[in-house]
Amino acid sequence: MVYKTYASFGLSTFLVVIVALYLLFTDSGEAFDVGRFLEETSPFVWGSLGIGLCIGLSVLGAGWGIFLTGASILGGGVRTPRISTKNLISIIFCEVVAIYGVIMGIVYSSKLQTVPEAQLYTRDNYFTGYALFFGGLTVGFCNLLCGLCVGVAGSTAALADAADPTLFVKVLVVEVFGSVLGLFGLIRVLTRIACSVRHTYMIEGLSCVQSVRSMSSMMIRQDMADQCIVTEDLCPCT
Amino acid sequence: MEGLFFNVNNGFLEGIVRGYKSGTLTQSHYASLTQCETLEDFKTQLSATDYGNFLANEPSPLSTATIADKATQTLVDQFNFLRSNSVEPLSKFLDYITYGYMIDNVVLLITGTLHERDTHELLERCHPLGIFDTMPALCVATNVEELYQSVLVETPLAPYFRDCLSAADLDDMNIEIIRNTVYKAYLEDFYNYVSTIGSTTAEVMHSILAFEADRRTMNITINSFDTELTKEQRAKLFPAIGRLFPAGNNALAKADDIDQVRQVCENVGEYRSFFDNSGSAQANGDLGDFGVAAQLEDRFFRMEVHLNKLAFLQQFQYGVFYSYVKLKEQEIRNITWIAECIAQDARDRIHDFIPIF
Repeated sequence: MVYKTYASFGLSTFLVVIVALYLLFTDSGEAFDVGRFLEETSPFVWGSLGIGLCIGLSVLGAGWGIFLTGASILGGGVRTPRISTKNLISIIFCEVVAIYGVIMGIVYSSKLQTVPEAQLYTRDNYFTGYALFFGGLTVGFCNLLCGLCVGVAGSTAALADAADPTLFVKVLVVEVFGSVLGLFGLIRVLTRIACSVRHTYMIEGLSCVQSVRSMSSMMIRQDMADQCIVTEDLCPCT
Repeated sequence: MEGLFFNVNNGFLEGIVRGYKSGTLTQSHYASLTQCETLEDFKTQLSATDYGNFLANEPSPLSTATIADKATQTLVDQFNFLRSNSVEPLSKFLDYITYGYMIDNVVLLITGTLHERDTHELLERCHPLGIFDTMPALCVATNVEELYQSVLVETPLAPYFRDCLSAADLDDMNIEIIRNTVYKAYLEDFYNYVSTIGSTTAEVMHSILAFEADRRTMNITINSFDTELTKEQRAKLFPAIGRLFPAGNNALAKADDIDQVRQVCENVGEYRSFFDNSGSAQANGDLGDFGVAAQLEDRFFRMEVHLNKLAFLQQFQYGVFYSYVKLKEQEIRNITWIAECIAQDARDRIHDFIPIF
């Protein structure tokens, strides 16, 4: 079994080294250009990836948590049928995590508008793309880990409840703390989006405060440093 | 991390086995059982527990042997349910649990055949958890080589018998040596298997199996005083696992009486109290060797129950299955003891069982 780890790590390292050496020795070392990659990838890629990861990872976390809890409820419910109704709360906590992911997915997808090719590669659009990607990733991972946490705690709650009914509420407190993790991710990303609405960087077509918008059209070609100083008092969350 | 994937295959069965465990008899059950006057009362009291109507179809004068057999049958039914619903690696783990009983059955059949007992009677006395298909063929035993080639090589016990093929002929002493050699190989194999499963299962099972090995080491040592077993032969029977390995095993191999055994065990903190008979000896007078051995056996059982109860404190591991089988066995021993005391009207010793929960 250890050979599998050796083989997988070894093979991937080998391939990477071969490609790198090939580029090096055929004088095309400059083909490996991170900056060009970031500039040439469409912001839609980043945005869509973010939305996909947001929903995908959230649902993965929710599903994982539900099967963890569900298996234990089924097993414990054979001898102690009374636990089956009460322990559906644990399943609901896991489900809520998937709902967070869907909400964020919907909020994000409203930020994607069709932009013609010529106007696609602007600084605002890059920002929006990256913001969607990392926001989606944040929410996705928060919900994944929250779903896992609630799932394991819910499994223990079901078995503890089957053994002794007074334990259920006590283990439920642990689960509530766990489910708050998903909420953290959601709140953080929601405030970030609200912030970016009033920020100078925005994609075409977003609704905004009129005064900020007029200022931004002037600042769009200036230095980042200048903009930060000017807009500091406008945006509370820089 | 074991919690993330354990429930995929084993979550349902873990819930089931914990349900079984919550049905074991508690102190209040034992209190009402010890107050029964007759075995009919006893049967009525048991029908209110998880045993249910397991004695329903038995003819009227109940015997304690029937009670023990039927109770063991409930355990076997529960175990078979778990075994048939399990997948690898749990199914292999459950198989390992049955190998111990298989070894006992094989030795029983060989001994019985040597003493010219009836085959059917022997087969009925075998433990149901350790039955395998080719068991009746063991009754034509003459020497170990033939036994191995014809029967044992197809059973899962084959690798354990390899070390004792050199035993010349089968007499009572050699059979005990064979039993202990095979059991030693089984314990070490089980220990290694559990280490490959990893993390929590390994932790829980290591402490239980280590105690089992130490217990066998101590028993072999004490039982071999004043017999023909040489010290080299004795040393070969000690399992190579446990807290007494290797220093304690070496010392016990050279021990000559029970005081030396006590000295060796004082080095291990958990076993220090096993030989501590100062309090009770003064109360009952001199216990003599038999009393000390019985008291030691009692303490071993208590320690085993304690370790098996601890296994239930961990979730997402296989140790709960092993511990449930052992605790249920202890419970069956308890109710058999109480039934015997009621049947023979020896109420002064009726509380000499080991309560579990």
